Amino acid sequence: MGNLSVIFKRELASYFATPLAYIFIVIFLITNGIFTFELGGFYLRGQADLLPFFSFHPWLYLFMVPAIAMTLWADERKTGTIELLLTLPVRLKDAVLGKFLAAWALMGIALALTFPIWITVNYLGDPDNGVIFAAYLGSWFMAGGFLAIGSCMSAATKNSVIAFILTVSLCFVFVIMGSPILLEAFPAWVPQVVVDAFAAMGFLTHYDSIAKGVLDLRDMLFFAVFIGAWLVASAIVIEIKKAN
Amino acid sequence: MIEITHLSKKFEQFTAVDDLSFKVAEGEVLGFLGPNGAGKSTTMKIITGFLAPTSGSVTVDGHNLATDALAAKALMGYLPEGAPSYGDMTTLDFLRFVGEVRGYRGDELVQRVGRVLSEVELTKVAMQKIETLSKGFKRRVGLAQAIMHDPKVLILDEPTDGLDPNQKQHVRELIKNLARDKIVIISTHILEEVSAVCTRAVIITQGRLVADGTPAELEASSKYHQAVSLRLAQPTDVSVHLDSLADVAGIEIDAEDVLNMRILARPGKSIYGQVASLAQEQNWPVAEMTVARGQLEDVFKQVTAGGVRRG
Repeated sequence: MGNLSVIFKRELASYFATPLAYIFIVIFLITNGIFTFELGGFYLRGQADLLPFFSFHPWLYLFMVPAIAMTLWADERKTGTIELLLTLPVRLKDAVLGKFLAAWALMGIALALTFPIWITVNYLGDPDNGVIFAAYLGSWFMAGGFLAIGSCMSAATKNSVIAFILTVSLCFVFVIMGSPILLEAFPAWVPQVVVDAFAAMGFLTHYDSIAKGVLDLRDMLFFAVFIGAWLVASAIVIEIKKAN
Repeated sequence: MIEITHLSKKFEQFTAVDDLSFKVAEGEVLGFLGPNGAGKSTTMKIITGFLAPTSGSVTVDGHNLATDALAAKALMGYLPEGAPSYGDMTTLDFLRFVGEVRGYRGDELVQRVGRVLSEVELTKVAMQKIETLSKGFKRRVGLAQAIMHDPKVLILDEPTDGLDPNQKQHVRELIKNLARDKIVIISTHILEEVSAVCTRAVIITQGRLVADGTPAELEASSKYHQAVSLRLAQPTDVSVHLDSLADVAGIEIDAEDVLNMRILARPGKSIYGQVASLAQEQNWPVAEMTVARGQLEDVFKQVTAGGVRRG
């Protein structure tokens, strides 16, 4: 555990050592506001919940998370610090996990700073705060899913712009996998099992119910396993690619 | 003790390290030489556990890199080529980070970092971001992280590359002072550096070991070792007489100036005395006569030239 926390601390501090973390958080908060109040019709709906706030998160994360994830490993490889890091007495899994957790913590901080909207909805009405808390948790886990994909893509290239584009594309696929439009497009001869399996991999399938306040353990488990699998993939890609 | 046994590393079509075996014992400062692309950096990356070999093994003090990597890595300090470091950190924060990874906490961490800062003369720039430092300082930061835990094994990939002569001198002295009971492996293509700091030199080319010995031994294996440089005041035919000397291996006459020549000795022989008495007997118009030591450079050329990379 020792080195995991050392790496976590360094990574998190490095986000705040440059304007990156601040810009990220400010843009995240502004876009969240625009989405919720302008596009989501927060007031017009006349309901004391944060559904418009949460339902935009997959689309917001689609661009915000890859921007954080893209440098995770690509920069280490580009500047050669990966050689330094991996020749220190550090386990690769500690490095992968420490970096991921630091980026995830940054996402958590950004998400937590949206708290005024939670206060607002409590001021205006009488929302179910348990539902909102569950939705926050679900949103954060989904961000973790995006981030884990980004970690793997970032490990695959030295160029962080390529990592960004790859991550956005792949995340987009996972977001729309569960969307009804895509599922209806399957021809009738495709067995239902395949369609279900396809839908089950989609982020929206799991996130929609969480955002509505149905905190099913299986949905959380999906994101946890999803994160774990992509982090294992990250470690494998790093092993393969570090030589060049 | 580092033991490298039948080490090979292949990258798809290309063999970077080809069946390399050697041992390095405590107290040795090993100069690791070879032309660019000879496999020096790859070998160092394998020794430090960054890359896994295709075949063969490396053990550091009995810890095999393949099975016991963390213990081996804890014993080693490594300065990778180009001295990479996290540019957005300050020198102090960076060294603290490396110290923490190495397991130091609290007072011990503060002491270690403080000591290494003064040892490598980084105290002035401790609070500066590394990306704002000059090349020489960055190199020293890299060196500082490599030596802060007083490692038994120090592996430095071109530690003086890109430094000015004063900085080079400083780094060399630092290495000499560190070296006493340690194993130091330095890769370089600056040959004077080998004579200056190394107790042993290994030359590799195309991933294979082609020479191994003390710098003096290697110099002695040069064909110019014990050669006599002769400069005549006016043209004289000296070769007939020289050929009669049994220990003379040959004569090289300067193509641009026939008055200049080098008389080569047979291996292990000293010919200066014989040539000098011959010159006196024959009354040669000698302007200058000196005996040459072999140059590492010549040996380097001899053993690395003309090879064809095997696929």
